[in-house]
Amino acid sequence: MFINSYPSRSQFGLSFIFSQDWDPVKDKFGALAFIYGTIVSSIIALIISLPISLGVAIFLSEMAGKFLKTTVGFLVEILAAIPSIIFGFWGLFVLVPFMRNSVQPFLEKTLGFIPLFSGANIGTGMLTAGIILAIMITPIISAISRDVIKAIPKSQREAAYALGATRWEAIRMALLNAKSGILGATVLGFGRAVGETMAVTMVIGNRAQISAGLFDPAYSMASVIANEFAEASKTIHVSSLIEVGLLLFVVTFIINSLARILIYSATKKYDAK
Amino acid sequence: MMEEENKNNSEENIEDKFSISTENLSVYFNEKPAIKDINLKVRNKSVTAIIGPSGCGKSTYLRSLNMMHELTPTATVYGSIKINNIDIQEFGVINLRKKVGMVFQKPNPFPTLSIYDNVISGLVYTGRHYKKDLDEKVERCLTASGLWNEVKDRLKVSAMTLSGGQQQRLCIARTIAVNPDIILMDEPTSALDPISTTKIEELVYNLKKEYTIIIVTHNMQQAARVSDHTAFFYLGRLVEYSKTRTIFTNPKEKLTEEYVTGKFG
Repeated sequence: MFINSYPSRSQFGLSFIFSQDWDPVKDKFGALAFIYGTIVSSIIALIISLPISLGVAIFLSEMAGKFLKTTVGFLVEILAAIPSIIFGFWGLFVLVPFMRNSVQPFLEKTLGFIPLFSGANIGTGMLTAGIILAIMITPIISAISRDVIKAIPKSQREAAYALGATRWEAIRMALLNAKSGILGATVLGFGRAVGETMAVTMVIGNRAQISAGLFDPAYSMASVIANEFAEASKTIHVSSLIEVGLLLFVVTFIINSLARILIYSATKKYDAK
Repeated sequence: MMEEENKNNSEENIEDKFSISTENLSVYFNEKPAIKDINLKVRNKSVTAIIGPSGCGKSTYLRSLNMMHELTPTATVYGSIKINNIDIQEFGVINLRKKVGMVFQKPNPFPTLSIYDNVISGLVYTGRHYKKDLDEKVERCLTASGLWNEVKDRLKVSAMTLSGGQQQRLCIARTIAVNPDIILMDEPTSALDPISTTKIEELVYNLKKEYTIIIVTHNMQQAARVSDHTAFFYLGRLVEYSKTRTIFTNPKEKLTEEYVTGKFG
C-alpha cells in the first residue's frame, strides 16, 4: 500500500490529507472529506451506542435472571454476527425512509436552530450512517463490557455490599473497577465503526463534502474505496484510493492497539494479586 | 479477662450482655442444609471465635448475620437473628450492614480508589459529608487500625500499593469508618504472613473495647489467643460454646476435645 500509493503521495504530499477536493475527472484528489465523514459518523455512532451498550451490559451482568441472561446474551451475540450488507439493506429500506419522513422533519422543527440538525432532507446522510453504525457496534461494546464487568471478582461486590451499599452503588463500584475495560470495548467498537464499509456506503449518501448539517450526505474512507476502485482507470486515481486505504489502515491500527492495551491492563489488575 | 466476665455475670440486666442472638438458625443452599438449628448468643464488646473443620458452616453462619446470603439466589435462611433484641429484618438490609461490618478472608480494598477514598468508601453511601470531617475520620480510622503511621504521607496513592497485611488493615479501617456495632471477620488472616497476622490479632484485641467481634478462624491458636468465647461447629451444627479457656482446656464434648487436640480436622 505504501509503495503503490507513491504517485499520489509524491504529487499531493501532505495536502492530500488537508484538501477536500476529490475530483477524478480533473485529477484532483484530497481525502479530508472522507476522513471527516469517517470520524464524524463513527463519533455519532459512539454517542448513540455507548449509553445503550452500557445499559445492556449492566443488565446482563448484574440484573437479569438466568433465562433473560442467556436469551438476551445470545441475541446480542447473534446481532454481532449479522453481515454488514444486511444492515445496509435494512438501513436503506427501513431506516432511510423513516429518517426522511419522521425523524429529520421532527429534529429540524424542534432543534433546527442548531446548525447540526439541518441539511438536505433526503434520508441518506451522516446521521443515518451514524445510526446504522451504532446498531452495528452496540453488540460488540455490550458483549465485551459485560465480560469485563463479570470478570470483577465476587469479593469486590461483597466488599461494597458489606459496607451498606445499595444495588446501584454496588453497580457503580463495579463500573468504576471495569472502567478501563469498558473504555477498551468502546475503542474497539469505534475501530469497527471506522472500518465499516458496506452498510455505511449504502446510507451515507456518498458525496465528498464537509457540511455542518448532519442530514447532508457525506462520504467515508472505506466507502470511497469500495465505490470507486473498480472504475478507477488512471494511475493517479488508483494510487489516491490506495493512499486513502493506507490512512484508514493506520487509523484503525492505532485505535485497535489502544483498545487491546486498555483491555489487557483491565484484566491484569486482578491477576497480579 | 476472667474477672471482667465474672463482674458482668453479676450485673442485673442479663440481656445487655448479648449483642447478637440466633435462634434455630438454619441456612440451606439448594435445599441442602449448610447449618442447622444454631442457637448462639454472642456477648457484647468481646471477641467470639468460631472454629471447626472446613465445610462445617462457620462462614455460612457468619454471613447470615449481615444478610450476605441475600446475594446468593440459591440460599434460604430460616430462624431468627436478633441484634440488641431487635430482629434484623426490622433494620432493613442496608442499615443492618452498616451496623454489622464485615472483613473478608482475602483483603479486598477497592483497587481503583486511593487509600483515603477506600476508608471513606462506605461513608459516601450514607450521604453528604464535609471534607474536614472526612479528614478527621480517615485519620481516626487509620489510627485505630494501626495503619496511620505507615500511610499518612501517601493517602492519595492507590490502595494496591500496600502489602497484603496493610490492605487487610485498610479493610478494617474501612469497616469501622461506617461506625458499626459489630464486626464480623471471616478468616481475616488466612491469606497473610505471620507478622501481619500478629498485627491483625493485636488489632482485634484492641478493637473489642468498642466493638463486638465475631471471628471465624481455621487456626486454633489464633482462637485461643484473641477470643473470650469460642464456638465449635461441626457438620453444620453447634457442638459446644463456652469460654475460650474452657473449650481449650476442659471441653464438655468429646468431639471438641478431639478437634482442639488435633485428632481430626
